[in-house]
Amino acid sequence: MTTRIFGSGIRRREDPRLITGRASYTDDIKLPGMLHAAILRSPYAHANITSIDASGAASQPGVVAVYTGADTDGVLNGMPCAWLIPGSDLKTPAHPAIAKDKVRYVGDAVAVVVAETRYQAEDALEHIAVDYEPLGVVVSPKAAAQDGAPQLHEDVPNNIAFTWAVAGGDADAAFADAAVTVSDTITLQRLIANPMEPRSALAQWNAPMGELTLWNTSQNPHIARFLTCVVTGVPEHKIRVIAPEVGGGFGSKIPYYPDEAITSFCAMKLGVPVKWTETRSENYQITTQGRDHIEEVEMAATSDGVITGLRTTVYAGMGGYLSTASPGIPTILHGLMYSGPYNIPNISGTIYGVFNNGCPVDAYRGAGRPEATNLLERLVDLVAAAVGQDPAEVRRKNLIPKFENGHDVATGITYDSGDYEAALDSALSAAGYESLRAEQAQARADGRCVGVGVSSYVEICGLGPSQVAGAVGFQGGLWESAIVRFHPTGKVHVMIGSSPHGQGEETTFAQIIASEVGVDVDDVDVIHGDTDNTPMGWGTYGSRTTAVSGAAVAVAVRKIKDKSRALAAHLLEAAPEDIEYEDGRFFVRGSPDQHKTIQDIALMANVAWNMPEGMEPGLEASAFYDPPNFTYPFGAHVAVVEVDPETGRIDLQRYVAVDDCGPQINPMIVEGQVHGGIVQGVGPALWEGAVYDDDGQLVTGSMLDYALPRADLLPELEVHSNTTPSPHHPLGVKGIGEAGTIASTPTVYNAVMDALRPLGVTRVDMPLTPEKVWRAINDARNGG
Amino acid sequence: MTIPVEITINGKACAGEVEPRQLLVHFIRENAGLTGTKVGCDTSQCGTCTVQLDGVSAKACTVLTVQASGSSVTTIEGLSDGVDLHPLQEAFWNNHGLQCGFCTPGMIMAANELLSRNPSPSREEIRHGLEGNICRCTGYQNIVSAVEDAAKSMGGR
Ligand code: FES
Ligand code: FES
Repeated sequence: MTTRIFGSGIRRREDPRLITGRASYTDDIKLPGMLHAAILRSPYAHANITSIDASGAASQPGVVAVYTGADTDGVLNGMPCAWLIPGSDLKTPAHPAIAKDKVRYVGDAVAVVVAETRYQAEDALEHIAVDYEPLGVVVSPKAAAQDGAPQLHEDVPNNIAFTWAVAGGDADAAFADAAVTVSDTITLQRLIANPMEPRSALAQWNAPMGELTLWNTSQNPHIARFLTCVVTGVPEHKIRVIAPEVGGGFGSKIPYYPDEAITSFCAMKLGVPVKWTETRSENYQITTQGRDHIEEVEMAATSDGVITGLRTTVYAGMGGYLSTASPGIPTILHGLMYSGPYNIPNISGTIYGVFNNGCPVDAYRGAGRPEATNLLERLVDLVAAAVGQDPAEVRRKNLIPKFENGHDVATGITYDSGDYEAALDSALSAAGYESLRAEQAQARADGRCVGVGVSSYVEICGLGPSQVAGAVGFQGGLWESAIVRFHPTGKVHVMIGSSPHGQGEETTFAQIIASEVGVDVDDVDVIHGDTDNTPMGWGTYGSRTTAVSGAAVAVAVRKIKDKSRALAAHLLEAAPEDIEYEDGRFFVRGSPDQHKTIQDIALMANVAWNMPEGMEPGLEASAFYDPPNFTYPFGAHVAVVEVDPETGRIDLQRYVAVDDCGPQINPMIVEGQVHGGIVQGVGPALWEGAVYDDDGQLVTGSMLDYALPRADLLPELEVHSNTTPSPHHPLGVKGIGEAGTIASTPTVYNAVMDALRPLGVTRVDMPLTPEKVWRAINDARNGG
Repeated sequence: MTIPVEITINGKACAGEVEPRQLLVHFIRENAGLTGTKVGCDTSQCGTCTVQLDGVSAKACTVLTVQASGSSVTTIEGLSDGVDLHPLQEAFWNNHGLQCGFCTPGMIMAANELLSRNPSPSREEIRHGLEGNICRCTGYQNIVSAVEDAAKSMGGR
């Protein structure tokens, strides 16, 4: 028994079922009599549906039912958008689960077939005749906002779903006075989240009881229950959503999708369980994508490289419809982070959320913050080049000095704690920055293109205070709850409302319990992902599970400890204030032999033979934790690349990360999150990008064309950390799920530009494929 | 039209009547009820469906059930009884070689074949050996460490 379990890199308690193939993901579940659904999807990016004839499909082998928008119309309510940002003139045009009159992206659902087998359901799709009248298509979010662009929704002029602004100080004055200004137009391309598990839904309708059970690949089953209620009309207490094992999400399993609604509709119509699972090709077409920004950005600075202002105009693609959280991503989670880790006194940004003919865009790992960090870090490097100073030194002179309890930035938010310069110093020293620069000079003298990229970042996570959620239009709360229940034998169940899907909280939350009351980690099981046996919670995303849900666990177990102390005092016939606690034992001060273990207490509380006057039986506590502020993890990363100027090929040689997420409950898990996060950010810098052609066809429609990071493309990541606790969190922890992704894209990009700068190349659109890099080098050589 | 097949999966004979077009991965999951083998893509890119087919690693989504009739297949469920773990399973656990676990069965099966061909691979060789398996969670580094560790405990070095 050890109270030092907090901070140990113990192996994960969830792993045995996962490494042996004994875990059940949604698509692994089979129910008696279960049928299979397949969904017919629009091959056009924008078209009117002039007629649908589904009769041919109905007579195919094994087919039980075929439904179109005419069947769901008036039965299913429209797909809701749940982040209604205020002050933005937000338009939320209708989004039917099955399109009836018009389709707005390739993949828009048009009909559904239910059959005895999945093969039969998919075969029958070919026998549905749909006549389309193709309409003009617009893909670029900036082009979509111009006069004369094809209009996706009648009631949304210029396709502008919202216009949102952020301002602090006087940016125009700062630019008017600036000795140095730099600018860029940055395309942060569409990204496909690619959790390895495709999305899936299995719906079961119990007609006599009016009960709907939905097994779903969800990061937030309680939100899914609420939105199922909104769309199907089934009362909330009659819906049970179960997120069983979930194979990654990265934001793409936050939204409530048409597919879940359609599957539920089919099950309710037919009275038998119906399962739908997307193919990977479908995932690429319909599962929400990330980013899709065109950013016109500029930074003002003194001749010595002190940043004085930032201005942005951003066109953020929304795709064909608003998804569950879309409007909040490029605004609240992006624009409010425009100061980054720097003192930037004057900031102004305008963000247009624009409908375009593509898959809806929503949260993808980092959600808004990678976009903010990317543009800041690219601009800081341009400032450094403009003033002729080392990029690390320009960062250093602009970083907000160390603070322990609150720092206000120009965008109006208050960071909790930070020591950005220490993170930068640690990263530079771990990378051996000075010798890297010396080696780079030598390499350049030898005619080789070696580059070093640096980035500093701070992110906002631990979402967040519910009052703020309300103020920024999030149609929900952002607190979390936990129930800690001690059984008579001293074993523990912890029920949480959040829904981990790879992040390891079955282990880290057990570590919290173990370190607070001295039970063994193996005596604690954490239950999550089922709305019928877990308390309300808002889900796992935004690096909030440990930061918010973990705080609820800590607060709940501290209530247990208080009650245990009182019960121990009663049993030991001592005053509660004379009871001390150490390593799972409550004892009378000065006589450690007179003690009760937590197991003794659990047994007595459960049998309740001898309780103090007025104390309730049982050893169970719940906590609802609404954080007083967000948490703000930060860090600094360094990358080293070599570019072959003859081929444009980039060799990522080193990657050094220093992240500060506060105290680490399990450093092994933190490191794993950092590894995965970094690689997901390196992807878009070098390889990844969803490409639509001018007709709105997804060119990168499969894993063959969308270049995901693979094991042999990556260097050994060098991961380090500092520890600056959050002042407002019961455990001081901040969150680490997204940090790597936020920092690594600009770090690698800046390294490549650093390598290419002597060749006269200062910018290339991501991903930095060999062809694009080679062309840029050639253009520069030819004076272009 | 269906065709009778019999495949030995994890030492047990599994017979069935299947369509000629049925993919082996679907036979394993649907007919044999062994869902440890995953389907992560439809273009043979991801490797989540990796099994051993007559001792050689194969992506079960690229093989037709009828082609595998008469063969013997080992899936993740057959690698150990689930309690006494295979050294690779143990090593993935000890090295935090998984997060969501969806790629893990395929990754372990691919690593198993890699180690049978090369009992003491370098980290570089492990990275190349696993390039046909995608993991979106771990960034691969701990997977490489896990395979390296398993190689040691399996006596490779
Ligand atoms: S399912 Fe992806 S390779 Fe077989
Ligand atoms: S552990 Fe999630 S994909 Fe590899």
